[in-house]
Order: sequence, then structure tokens, then C-alpha cells
Amino acid sequence: MSRPSTATTAARTPGVSNKKSDLIGARLPKWAPYGAGVGAVVLALGLRSLLDWTGWYTAFFTAAVLFIVILTAWSFSVEGRRRAKDRFATTLVCSSFVAAIVPLVLILGYIGIKGISVFSADFFLKSMNGVTSRQDGGGLYHALVGTLELVLIAAVIALPIGILTAIYLVEYGRGKFAKAVTFFVDVMTGVPSIVAGLFVYTFLLLGFGMRPFGAAGAIALAILMVPVSVRASEEMLKLVPRDLREASYALGVPKWRTIVKVVLPTAMSGLITSSLLAIARVAGETAPLILLVGYTARINFNPFSGDQATLPMMVWDQLGKRSGTTSNDLTEARAWGAALTLVLLVLILNVGARLLARLARPKTS
Amino acid sequence: MTDDHFEVAAMGVPGAMPIGPNQPDSADQIDPPGSRTPDGRPEAGVSGRSERIGDKVFKALAAGSGGLLLVVMAAIAIFLIWKAIPAFTGNSGNLFTTQTWNPQGSPPVFGMAAVFFGTVVAAFIAMIIAVPIAIGIALFISHYASRRAATALGATVDLLAAVPSLVFGMWGLYFLIPQTQGFQQWLSEYFGWIPIFDNPTATSAGQFGKSLLIAGFVLAIMIIPIVSAVCREVFLQVPQETVDAAWALGATKWEMIRTAVLPFGRAGMISAAMLGLGRALGETIAVALVLNSGFRINWHLTEPGGDTFASTIALKFGEASGSPVAIAALIAAGLFLFLITLAVNSIARIVIARRKEFTA
Repeated sequence: MSRPSTATTAARTPGVSNKKSDLIGARLPKWAPYGAGVGAVVLALGLRSLLDWTGWYTAFFTAAVLFIVILTAWSFSVEGRRRAKDRFATTLVCSSFVAAIVPLVLILGYIGIKGISVFSADFFLKSMNGVTSRQDGGGLYHALVGTLELVLIAAVIALPIGILTAIYLVEYGRGKFAKAVTFFVDVMTGVPSIVAGLFVYTFLLLGFGMRPFGAAGAIALAILMVPVSVRASEEMLKLVPRDLREASYALGVPKWRTIVKVVLPTAMSGLITSSLLAIARVAGETAPLILLVGYTARINFNPFSGDQATLPMMVWDQLGKRSGTTSNDLTEARAWGAALTLVLLVLILNVGARLLARLARPKTS
Repeated sequence: MTDDHFEVAAMGVPGAMPIGPNQPDSADQIDPPGSRTPDGRPEAGVSGRSERIGDKVFKALAAGSGGLLLVVMAAIAIFLIWKAIPAFTGNSGNLFTTQTWNPQGSPPVFGMAAVFFGTVVAAFIAMIIAVPIAIGIALFISHYASRRAATALGATVDLLAAVPSLVFGMWGLYFLIPQTQGFQQWLSEYFGWIPIFDNPTATSAGQFGKSLLIAGFVLAIMIIPIVSAVCREVFLQVPQETVDAAWALGATKWEMIRTAVLPFGRAGMISAAMLGLGRALGETIAVALVLNSGFRINWHLTEPGGDTFASTIALKFGEASGSPVAIAALIAAGLFLFLITLAVNSIARIVIARRKEFTA
């Protein structure tokens, strides 16, 4: 009978781990995973030199597979089936974590290295006007202006609608209509960005025969932003303690005054956080902008007429202009620079929102 | 002790009637806004005249913005259908079975078969890879990592979920495709007896690359953060009693997870997977960057070529403008995509909703 207490609890209880207890079954030594790891790497390297593998990837994956096999087999022979299964599952869970997070972080590192080389004061202060693909220089000022304007317009349209809908769902929402709204907010979260773009295209550009302009893209971004904003704001409003509302009602304050003067101020920091996250979610959208905003290398401050440049579209444009040969790296470098700027913008919004949420948390509780 | 006590308390919950009489009492009517309390201080902002018209207006405003969302959803469907009509009438091919895409030609010939195939296959590959890994990550964060590490890792995953898709596409184009040419050749060489891994046209590693398999890889990496974020939320809500009960029965960690965590999280995992599927189906730019257009159904997944609804719309839009049928064809593609994602998301939500009713 093996008493099933985990290795950690056994280690934490003083005296028990030193003495061999007959209540605890046979265990692998603590260094077993490391040992198995070293064994797997050595074996994989041996195989690599034996079979003349060229790349390192094969050796790496072989080592990973060997590690899992060695550790599980060893555990099976010493600890029995249940523990072996447990070790197998633990290894799989940990390796799935490594297998996914490492590439994701590598992507950010890769884009950082590729993009930082082109960063300079000029890159942020100049537009691409008159800069050909073979020419040095040029910058993303025009695109930065466009992105900021579009995101701002989208936020002005989407956030009030989103927050009001959240208020409706949390404070008033009962019955079939509220259920329908909840359902469609969820479904709307899944509307692909290109479909939102196509809708605005059919509605505004085809319907009214307009030329592409900045604000049309902003409307598509707003459609994408609303459901995110509703979901997040709803969570924040639900956090407001019921007691506060009841206290206000007990004082005879009408419901709408309670919402405006009690609920919203209490949830304010959370609402700002959720709004920033919603903005960050759409700032990097490319697909609707291809259809609606067009692209221009010139600086266009007016989002209501004429093509406007945006950061994602600048990347798209520069990637489209690359010649395919390595001799002409200028467009690629600029594309990476613009992409890095976009990532930084989104990450700053995200980190800012989360820091704000953390700073504001003690006040509300 | 009667239930009345609780009913009165329940009236204070949001959505119920506020406690107290519906009519403002005399004291409220006497005090005009901005008046002073008996000891001379101005009235606090919270009190003042209770104007029930304000309530009505505010509720109408809130409900109206909720209704606006429904209107927008309906408008998306109506406008896409309306503007896609020329694609149904002016097409000499069969919209569902034709594989070629030539809406500018005379007569215009196009169909969704190849596009539908590419969309579904790329999303399916993404799901096969991403869902197990995402569940693994969620389990790692919720039940394996220490609390401090879990918070940091959770925040990292959330951050990665916000990285624009364009960036994933660029990474796929510049890093993943060159690095996996050898792997694709190896698959084709040693597993070529399975038709989907076979690439009959390529003779050297350099001819492998922009295939549906790679598109699936990129999509998988993109949806892992969102799927694991949703799974993590569900796994963290597993009742401690169930977990403790499993421990008390002598379960190993894996047995605890299998008997307590996974059954509780099943609905959540399904809906997370569906959300990921919705994302993968509708992803545009990343796919457009890592796929070569081919417009034919090709089961050899390592062979370059393939199209999805979204990437077709983005890539063919430039050359379509000016030709009404071509634009309508793209709108029809958008309509199909909209309907597919609508169905996937609706199923996901219904699964969650049923689970909620079940637990409540």
C-alpha cells in the first residue's frame, strides 16, 4: 500500500522524509528528472553524430521525446503505474508550456531585434512621402498619426456604447431582451475583423458611393471594440459591492443617480482598464483597414477625407513592395520597424491598463 | 423568521425595484437641488430631487445601446446578403462546387469550394495543435506553477493574446517558413505514404514553404494564448472541495486533475476551443502572408498553396475594385465566413450557457 502523499508534502514534514517509512512506496530519487534529462540529451547527441543529422532541431526534439520516455519508463519500473502516469502527465503539461511560451516570447524577441535597427529620431518624425523602396530613410510619422486618430475615433464611438450596454446588462438586464443582448455580444466578439470591414464597406462605401477614408476604418474598429468593451466593463461593474447600491437606494436616491454617482465612480479605475484593453485589442487590426482606409505615403491629418496611412497598413505596404531578393532590405527593415512600433504601442496600452488595475485595486476593496 | 426578510433584501439587487416607495416623499420634493442642509452645508451630490423621468431616460439610453448592438448584427447580415446577390446571379460557375476564382473574367467563374477547404483545413490543423497545448498551459498555470509564478505567467499569456496578428504573420513568413522547410521535406519523405503529408511536386527543400500546414502552425501559435486564457479561468474556478476530496482519496496529481479539474472544466474547454476556432477561421493577415494562392482543393498539405475566405478577401480586394461581380464575389465570401463563425460562436455560447444553468 503506497500512501498517496505527494513528494512535496513528504519533504515538508520534518523527520518523515529522512526515515524510510513503510507507508510510502518506492520513489525515484529527487534528481530523477534531471538525470533523465541529462541522459536524454547525451543520447540525442550520440544519435546526432551517429546518424549525421545536420540541424539542431531534430536533436532537440529527439532529446525531448527521449526525456519523456526515459523518465516514464524509469518511474514505471520503480514507482508503479499510477506514479508513472502522474510523472508522464506532469512532463507533458510542463513541456506543453515550454513548447508554447518559448516560441511566443521568441516572436517578440525576433521582432524586437529586427525592428530596433531601423529606429531613429527620423524614423518617428518623417513620412514615407517620396521615399522609394530602394531609398534609405523615411519614417512612420504619417502612419502613427493615422493609427492614433483612427483608434481615438473608434474609442469615442465604441466606449460609450459599450459601457452603457454593460450598465444595462448589469443594472437593468432582466428578461428576454437582456438575454438576447448578452448572447449577441458574445457572438459579436467572434465576428472576424475582415467581416466587420466588409460590412462597413458595403454600408458606407458602396451604399453612399464614398472613397476610402480614415473614419470608415474607425467605424469598423468600433464594431470590433464594442463587444470587448461590453464584456470587460460588465465584469468591472459586477465587482461593485451590492451594499453600496443598497445604501444609496435606502437614502431614497433614484436608480440612475445611484448608477452615475455611486456605481460608476466606484468602478471607474476598472472601466478605464477595460477601455484601454479594448483599445489595445483593435489597435493592431489590419484587415478592415485594407478595405476601408487605403494607404498613402503622405501625412494626412484629416480622417474624414482621403486615404490615410496606419501602422499595420504601412507594414503591409512595405511587405508588398519588397523585391524578394536579399540585396534590397530597406523595405523589410521599415516593415519590421513599423511592426515593432505597433507591438510596443499595444503592449504599452496593455501593461498600462494592468498597472492601473493593480494600483487601483486596494482602494475599491 | 419568514422569507419576507430576504425578499426585502433581494429588492436591493441590481435590476430589482429600489427599496422604498416609488413616489418621492415630501421631504424630497421640498428640497430643490443645490439647497443647503440645516447646518448650512450644501447638499451632497448623491441626494437631490429624485426625478423618475431621469430613470426612464437613463434606462432607455442603456437599453438603446444594447439594442444598437442587435441592430448592427442584423445590419451586417442584411448588407452582406444584399450586396452579395450579384455573386449568386452573375456567376457561370457553381458557387459551392467550383474551385477556380476568376470573377473578373467574362463570363465570371468562381466558387467557394477551394476557399472553404483551405479555411476549414487550416483551422482544423490549428485546433489539433493548439487545443492540447493550450490546455496544458492552463493546467500548468492553474495547478502546477507556484502562485507567484502563476500570476506572472498568466499576465504573460494575456499580453501575448494582444499581439497583433500581423506580427505573427511576419514571423511566420520570415522565421517559421525558412526554418521548417527541412521539417516539411522530412514529413513528405518519410510519411509521404500518408497522402496529406506527401508533396509530389517538390524535389528540394527550397520548394517547400507556404503550405496549409504552415498556415495551421501560425494559426495555432496565434490562438494558443486566447484558448489557454479561457481554460485557465475555468480551471481556477474548480471548487476547492472537489480538489480536496480527490487528494483525500489518495489521488496522484494527475488523477486529481483527471477526476476533479477536467470534468468541471469540460464545458469551458469546449467553448474555449470553439472561440479559438472562430479566431482561426476568421484570421486574415497572418494567413494571407504565409499562404500562396492556388484556388484548388489540394489534400497534399505540405504542398505550397491554399486560400481561406479571409485571406482571399484581403488579397483579391485590390484587383476586384471596379468590377461589381468581383466585389460581390468577395462579399459573398465574407457572408460565408460570417455565417460559419456565427454558427461556431453560437454553439460555443450555448455550451457555456447550458453549463451555467447546470451549475446554478
